[in-house]
Amino acid sequence: MTHLFEAFNIALRMIVTGDSVVFSIALRTLLIASTSTLAATLLFVPLGCMVHFSTFRGKRLAVGFIQTMYSVPTVFVGMLVFLMVSRSGPIGGMGLLFSPWAIILGEIVLIAPIITGLTISALQSTGKCLEDTATALGAGRGIMILKVLTEAKYTMLTSVLMGFGRAVSEVGVAIMVGGNISGYTRTLTTAIALGVGKGETASSIALGLILLFLAMMVSIVVNLLQHGHGGEK
Amino acid sequence: MKRSLAVSLFLLAFVFAGCGEESEPPQTAEAAAAVEKVSESAATPPMARVERLRVATTTSLYDTGLWGYLEPMFEDRFDVELDVLYAGTGKAIDWGKRGDVDVITVHSRAREELFVSEGYGVERVPFAYNYFLIVGPADDPAGISGMNPEEAFAVLMDNGEAIFVSRGDDSGTHGKEKSIWTAAGFDYDSDVRTAGAWYVEGGSGMGPTLVMANEMQGYTLSDIGTYLAYQGDLDLVPIVDQGDALLNVYSVLQVEASGNPELSLALVEFLTSPDIQQLIGNYGLEVYGIQLFTPCAGQEI
Repeated sequence: MTHLFEAFNIALRMIVTGDSVVFSIALRTLLIASTSTLAATLLFVPLGCMVHFSTFRGKRLAVGFIQTMYSVPTVFVGMLVFLMVSRSGPIGGMGLLFSPWAIILGEIVLIAPIITGLTISALQSTGKCLEDTATALGAGRGIMILKVLTEAKYTMLTSVLMGFGRAVSEVGVAIMVGGNISGYTRTLTTAIALGVGKGETASSIALGLILLFLAMMVSIVVNLLQHGHGGEK
Repeated sequence: MKRSLAVSLFLLAFVFAGCGEESEPPQTAEAAAAVEKVSESAATPPMARVERLRVATTTSLYDTGLWGYLEPMFEDRFDVELDVLYAGTGKAIDWGKRGDVDVITVHSRAREELFVSEGYGVERVPFAYNYFLIVGPADDPAGISGMNPEEAFAVLMDNGEAIFVSRGDDSGTHGKEKSIWTAAGFDYDSDVRTAGAWYVEGGSGMGPTLVMANEMQGYTLSDIGTYLAYQGDLDLVPIVDQGDALLNVYSVLQVEASGNPELSLALVEFLTSPDIQQLIGNYGLEVYGIQLFTPCAGQEI
């Protein structure tokens, strides 16, 4: 117990004094998760909009499928991406395996369903009502879409944040396709996995607290957005 | 929508500016300090394109800290980023076969020879050896102290209660364990794996397996280097340390499919060069009081 207490103390000191190893890992994690989230946002928020605003056969089935994929296991995505980017895989020639780019690719795949699905949900919850009203008032389709997007923007941003939250805290993809290379592909989660195994309790706790902080920040911002649309107006 | 997207883009851009290669000058003193602190620890920006060489190593050479010690020396000498990936011998060999790494350092002679004869590896080059130990709780519940490893395993099987934690991960150590079971007269799959709850397949590296054995107060087979590196956190003591079966030879193999044969060869020559051999021989001597690895470049073992 004293051992744990001591380790906790050292961990806090590491955070307060800005331990360079701990913070470079945190920064790298942030960079990788942000890049994946940005790419996934640019790809899948528009996709979610397209799905919502178009009508096609099997739409309900498609949306259901996307929502089912929210819980795709990270190690499954890790395995798929490993087989894709390994030298003997289909895009192995790009030499992505064991680089941050492989992790980014995996995280994009991982959070694609969340961002697409939650974007659709956000637009749906804004309501058929608004769409009908806008149309009834004689607004063209373009104006109607713009109205709905404006109304749903904060809820849509929530979907992006949820994606970021999953990307920053996942370990399966990062360890399988990143390889936990010191100074290159080591992220908060993989560093913790290694550190606990090696009995490096203090630094693991420090990394864990930072990860917890990041994950909680996401929840807090999501909460702020959902209640009162944040303070940026 | 537009504004919130702009805000999030700005936030992301800020994160990039913090550690990107071509970042703009930081706006505030704190930001400047933060950037400086990080660039101190990371020799290169996290995503910069520099020459990289990948070596997959058995966990024992990683967990003892030997690779962490040698890595910067190699990087300085050859001006390259060395990516050290740790995995069991089985996985390291598989990565080599797939062409995902340039060099492997492993410890399973039979599999190394197969790797070379199947055309995946250039040559098996032994560079260091040490010994395996059976470690366990100090009170030695199965009473195997002082036996040779084959006898000890037979007693464990008879006992059926004292816990044994196996690596269970297709590593070199796991391979050694299997060969001892075979030598003791058991079939690994039909006799040992089904023997009962006392036989635990841990499925992780040497360090975590030692931690697991310690938690369960069980026995495990470990290389001496990793055991010594972890000893401070463990109550486990060496129980069996005599027997020819316990020899543990580490080899380095250049992967045939490596995209960088010159540097791969340089790494093999680096590990077997007289000065690095001496450093390997002295590694850990000060901390643990005994030698972790005996250098053996040029010997046929």
